[in-house]
Amino acid sequence: MASDSAFKRLPANPAAVVNIWVEGQPITARAGESVAAAVLAAGLGPTRTTPVSAAPRAPYCMMGVCFECLMEIDGQPNSQGCMTQVSEGMQVRFQQGAREPLENAS
Amino acid sequence: MTRADSNTSTDYVDLAIIGSGPAGMAAAIDAAELGLRVAVIDEQPLPGGQIYRQVSQPALQDRSVLGPDYYYGESLVKQFSTAAIERIGNASVWEASANHLCLTRDGRSHQLHFKTLLLATGAQERPVPFPGWTTPGVMTCGAAQIMLKSSGLAPAEPVVIAGSGPLLLLVACQLLRAGIRIEALLETTPAANYRDALKALAGAVSGWRYLLKGARLMAELKRGGVNRRSGITNLRALADNQGKLDRISYHHRGREHQLACRTLLVHQGVVPNVQLSRALGIDHHWDELQQCWRPGIDRWGASSTANIFMAGDGGGIGGALVAELQGRIAALAIAAQRKQLSDSERDARAAPLQRELERQLAIRPFLDRLYRPAPAFLRPADETLVCRCEEVTAGEIRRIAREGCAGPNQAKAFSRAGMGPCQGRLCGLTVSQLMAEAREVPVSEVGYYRIRSPIKPITLGELAAMAAPTNPVKAARKSAQKG
Ligand code: FES
Repeated sequence: MASDSAFKRLPANPAAVVNIWVEGQPITARAGESVAAAVLAAGLGPTRTTPVSAAPRAPYCMMGVCFECLMEIDGQPNSQGCMTQVSEGMQVRFQQGAREPLENAS
Repeated sequence: MTRADSNTSTDYVDLAIIGSGPAGMAAAIDAAELGLRVAVIDEQPLPGGQIYRQVSQPALQDRSVLGPDYYYGESLVKQFSTAAIERIGNASVWEASANHLCLTRDGRSHQLHFKTLLLATGAQERPVPFPGWTTPGVMTCGAAQIMLKSSGLAPAEPVVIAGSGPLLLLVACQLLRAGIRIEALLETTPAANYRDALKALAGAVSGWRYLLKGARLMAELKRGGVNRRSGITNLRALADNQGKLDRISYHHRGREHQLACRTLLVHQGVVPNVQLSRALGIDHHWDELQQCWRPGIDRWGASSTANIFMAGDGGGIGGALVAELQGRIAALAIAAQRKQLSDSERDARAAPLQRELERQLAIRPFLDRLYRPAPAFLRPADETLVCRCEEVTAGEIRRIAREGCAGPNQAKAFSRAGMGPCQGRLCGLTVSQLMAEAREVPVSEVGYYRIRSPIKPITLGELAAMAAPTNPVKAARKSAQKG
């Protein structure tokens, strides 16, 4: 979870701060933004591993097309992180998708 | 969670529009003015589509980053937001027929009935398969733009941008203006495309404004000292030991080069988003020039199903201004079909719009030839993952095609390609083209995945709760009042 891959916040118009939990870690987000954006801004990820080979993946299209951003959001698995807006206290978990239990591959 | 929307009557509108980008907004404004009762459904909370995403509440302080073409959307969004239209935001349509649709909103599903349906579902970026494109750190140029517009976020540096198409230059300039260092801009446009594009020069000359814009972007990149290389092949993304992107390699003038980077933004143009038009059973044909499927619609946007219309990029790529014009033209046709307007009045009002549309489209044949993706991105090398969800390679698709698998639907059974959560959105074009190549037949003969609803994820609980249909229009109205 190195943060050298964190997206950079540019000077922005004021917006409320939303606190969410990602993998048990508190992060702050901008009201109105997507869970996927908040996670990328915090430099967290890869955000899931695939069911087929446990390969690491992260959000790719940010517009609801690729389904690479699937996460468990407030207990709901397979939620599209790029299509879900952050809300206060939200609990986000990354999906480790191996069909067979595997040794952590990444 | 008792909500105020537990009304059990199913609602009815004259015109349901799916998508509130330029086409959907323009159509809604005009149709409402012509006396139709209109509802517009969009997946985002705010109208604008991807092109004008969040323009009414832009995240970035510095307006020069995204530039005037983005803020042009402000007035359209304002008109749309004040017109007598039912706006249903934050809602995904997961099923549609010729008289009703089902949408999910706040974890609940609703039905909406209509007399006419207008699909304004826009474009998606063309899938760009190349070795390593699934590596975390590789994203699309469109994704980077969405992050700028909706969050004021810029990708992690060092950034490399690779691919082909007008958006490539635009995103590079926007990031440059935001103070992001671009390690390299690698253009994959094949040299032969330039010669081919010259054949369509006549259209380019009448679309000179567009060319001037492109020239300005190139000059801006040059001033910014961006290392721009053309004729790039063999693009490959390489990961570190955590599986994250840390290098790319490519060939330039016959030599291999490597570059360290944290983000690689890729792009090979945009294609119509056909998920819903396919699910509705509208005819689609293969567009050889644009290398994509497009639904069959007439000059009014009318599809093969009498009361289903399409406008904007979803019906064929034309860009934001074209989409707006097509939305207005479709609104006239729909109003005339609903007898709110005589045919002669429709024709008179549409004439200037159609003339402007022709002017805006004049540049397309030139652009389509110039930015046709290199064959390696359309039919990638065997080792390349084609289906990201089920991890199926190009080699496997070729193999099953050679072994007698006739088309994409059979390929699902043989390989699971297209069976994952994206429902073929990111592999469908490639699988059809690979199979056509292996079988040595036209793509049109191979066809495309059969798309079935639900085209968006819904839960079983939602389906069950839908047994008692609720009213999305009233729900939207109520939550707007609450907010
Ligand atoms: S990032 Fe592609 S669907 Fe969310």
